Amino acid sequence: MFDLNKITYEGEGPIVNEFCLATCTVNGSGSATANQILYRTLFHMGIPTSGKNIFPSNIKGLPTWFVIRASQKGYTGRLPYDDIVVAMNQVTFEKDMTYLPSGGVVFYADHLKLPDELNPELIYYPMPIKDLIKQTDVPRKLVSFMENMLYVGIIGQVLRIPLEDLHNTIYDHFSSKPKIAESNFNMVKLGYEYAQENLEKKDRFETKKLAPMEGYILTDGNNAGGLGALFGGAQYCSWYPITPATSLVEAMIGQVDRIRRDPVTGKTTCVILQVEDELAAVGAAVGAGWGGLRAMTATSGPGISLMTENIGLAYFAEIPLVIWDVQRVGPSTGLPTRTAQGDLSMLYFLGHGDTSHIILIPGTVTECFEFGWKSLDLADRYQTPIFVLSDLDLGMNQWITKKFEYPNKPIDRGRILWEKELEELEVWGRYMDLDGDGIPRRTVMGNQSPRAAYFTRGTGHNVYGNYSEDPKNWSEVLGRIGKKLRSAIPNLPGPIIRKAKEEADIGIIGMGSTDDALRETQEKLAEIGIHADYMRIRSLPSNTTVREFIASHSRCYVMELNRDGQLCEILSLEVSEYSEKLISISEIGGMPMTAVWAIDEIVKRERKVGGSGN
Amino acid sequence: METKTVELNLCGLALSDYKGKPSTLCPGCGHNSIAAQVQNAVWELGLPPEKYVKLSGIGCSSKSPNYFLDRSFGFNGLHGRMPTLASGACFADASIHILGFSGDGDTASIGMGHFKHVIRRNVPMTYIIENNGCYGLTKGQFSATSDQGLVLKHHGVNMLPPLDMCMEALISGATFVARAYSGDTKQLKELIKAAISQRGIAIIDVISPCVTFNNQDDALQSYTWGRENEAPLHDFKHYSSREAIDRDDFAPGTYREIKMDNGTYIVMKKLDKDYDPTDRNAALDLLTESYKNKYFATGLIYFSEAQETIQDLYNLPDEPMNRMESERLRPTKAMLDEINRSLR
Repeated sequence: MFDLNKITYEGEGPIVNEFCLATCTVNGSGSATANQILYRTLFHMGIPTSGKNIFPSNIKGLPTWFVIRASQKGYTGRLPYDDIVVAMNQVTFEKDMTYLPSGGVVFYADHLKLPDELNPELIYYPMPIKDLIKQTDVPRKLVSFMENMLYVGIIGQVLRIPLEDLHNTIYDHFSSKPKIAESNFNMVKLGYEYAQENLEKKDRFETKKLAPMEGYILTDGNNAGGLGALFGGAQYCSWYPITPATSLVEAMIGQVDRIRRDPVTGKTTCVILQVEDELAAVGAAVGAGWGGLRAMTATSGPGISLMTENIGLAYFAEIPLVIWDVQRVGPSTGLPTRTAQGDLSMLYFLGHGDTSHIILIPGTVTECFEFGWKSLDLADRYQTPIFVLSDLDLGMNQWITKKFEYPNKPIDRGRILWEKELEELEVWGRYMDLDGDGIPRRTVMGNQSPRAAYFTRGTGHNVYGNYSEDPKNWSEVLGRIGKKLRSAIPNLPGPIIRKAKEEADIGIIGMGSTDDALRETQEKLAEIGIHADYMRIRSLPSNTTVREFIASHSRCYVMELNRDGQLCEILSLEVSEYSEKLISISEIGGMPMTAVWAIDEIVKRERKVGGSGN
Repeated sequence: METKTVELNLCGLALSDYKGKPSTLCPGCGHNSIAAQVQNAVWELGLPPEKYVKLSGIGCSSKSPNYFLDRSFGFNGLHGRMPTLASGACFADASIHILGFSGDGDTASIGMGHFKHVIRRNVPMTYIIENNGCYGLTKGQFSATSDQGLVLKHHGVNMLPPLDMCMEALISGATFVARAYSGDTKQLKELIKAAISQRGIAIIDVISPCVTFNNQDDALQSYTWGRENEAPLHDFKHYSSREAIDRDDFAPGTYREIKMDNGTYIVMKKLDKDYDPTDRNAALDLLTESYKNKYFATGLIYFSEAQETIQDLYNLPDEPMNRMESERLRPTKAMLDEINRSLR
């Protein structure tokens, strides 16, 4: 179990570029911009940093936190404690300070009422936000925004962030509105100068500029996923608003007019349609996919529950479409603004009867972009629903990530037969396996050949699509669909394996947004003598590399954010002959995984088995 | 030997080119007569069957598209979700006309929300409700259009009042609302032709008897009731052009003529009362009266000039979206470079 009392800051002198800073504010008060400025500045200074927004399911007035972890070593996963707290919210003030170990730092707005007893082990910096704002002529309605910019200046100065870097970030952020940039910067400067003159540096945390992070960008997974879809030639996206998937479609809406104009006619080539519910969202996407468009939708767990029947239809009628599931915490309405990996089993088996699905699982923001376009190719190629499984942490939080790479292959529309191709075929049935790989050739509406039409149905059918209750037809069609999905496996994104520096007997397996935490886990375990190879699963069903990885280790810890260890369960089925090697470690509370937890759990078990870590 | 000449339509096809599979519905089912009239109407309009798609939900009604237009793509989807398929498919190729088929269970119960919204969106399509006032395929339960007080064999008395689908369509903003009776095949065919000619969504609520579960003489959706009580609002005809209108049939001042968006015409000859289907208040009054007094008025209940369709709201290329070359769908590398720069 994590024990805050065991956290100590070793040595003496400055702790450079290694800290976790939490700003504790009230949502709706405009702190997001201030936090962005702080975060972006650290990025521009070349310091690997993550920023996680912990927010309530509410619009205005409830506590919200923005947690920045800066790490020169590149450890940007979540920490279960903070080094620095910026207290702007009376309601959470006392509790916020309990996340600080001895030596931790508190910046507090000095109009907040201090607790009766102050922890003497902490270092305090008062911030006279209200007094400072009085010295300015900030219009009333902007006061709360500007108060937040003041703390940026004060913290910036104490952490030795050059004022020039804050200046550049602000002018960059408000590049189209220089006046607003100026007023924001004036606030930062006011705070900065106040700190310079009045605050004596008592803590050890400092920043130091590093070489710029070339080839990296700062953005969130939903923006990346939406852009990826637009670069993948998505032509149709029907959707219904739901946290945390909404911003993926909003990213598309924000760019579609600019980047998806037809080069020939100047007209739009992508329709984005908000509909009445998730049943309609997926139904319309099924209709579009059936009609031969590159179709998609984006939702979260509760939306998937509603979409289930239609996805089963698309599976059986072999209609291409892409469904993004940006996971939040379930069951039920659950925790709408918290993260989880609890939808995996649902998607894997989604639908009644015999179903199984292809799932792509991005683990970085850059992969959200990549899988955004790849998923559309896979859907068209295999004529089936393709899931992209993201989560709130990846989707809605800002990450420093590798810049987006332009798709390295042309759009794949799969096997569509137009009039000419159909003419060349002597024998054709919509659901015939003419190519021996289980993938049929399809026609779509508008094809004017009298041979093109067929009757699509979710009921039993033969290879021509005609209604059939014949057991042979049923098993032939459904068996071929199974074969088709198996033929897809080699073309799905394979796992990424990060070998230990030394020969490793054990493996760590994870997926998705826990990558930062698990990379940190792997490295820190090595420091205490536990060498583990780390494999991140990027798609299901899994391929032979996954099997070989599991086979070649004595035991593999499958680490995930859900109650029952869903990835472990699925791998146990897929690689059943080695299932005894798989050890499930999972937790769920709605927060991103921490390396502290993962290390603790693995060490505990390794000690028991007398493994290499003893 | 006597050779029979086969009549061909404008595009040179015979009526048999518009046929479907043999019906598997009960003999005498009202839906079979709707199927026949769809086939006739589409043939008479003179476009090839490849210019249509047939979408449907689940139920007896939704099986019926299998029994006509074999050369049109069909999609027998999910219960109540047919309008959602249309909302996607309509963007694939705007030159293809969507024929939607649904029933009273499919539309008035499980799919009511989609029904209202597909009208609100004005998805260009012909939406035919094959309304028999009961659930047929699950063997004779009450539906949301069953009359209050209706007695069915296994379910006793229906305690709830019915929904009127024409009223629902009208208040949702449909610009073409008609009621038909599958026993009145002549009028039904003309209404289908007119509905297909409307730009935007056109709704026809076809009262279509279920011979197995709901055909008692006093049931509002029975053949007997229909035969004895149907009251056509007009003598309704659809013509391919103004020139085709047979002037001998219509004395001046006895008829109303409307030009449709596709250049065809509908002509409504006055019968007992002078009903103006372009008057929305009159339509509301008529439906209120029909509902209250079991007045089985059929024909064109409401018509207004075509409104913007969902396709009009997007600035789409003229050619079919589903035939666009892939290269036109992918933004340039320069655009991605610019996005990458903006995220620095």
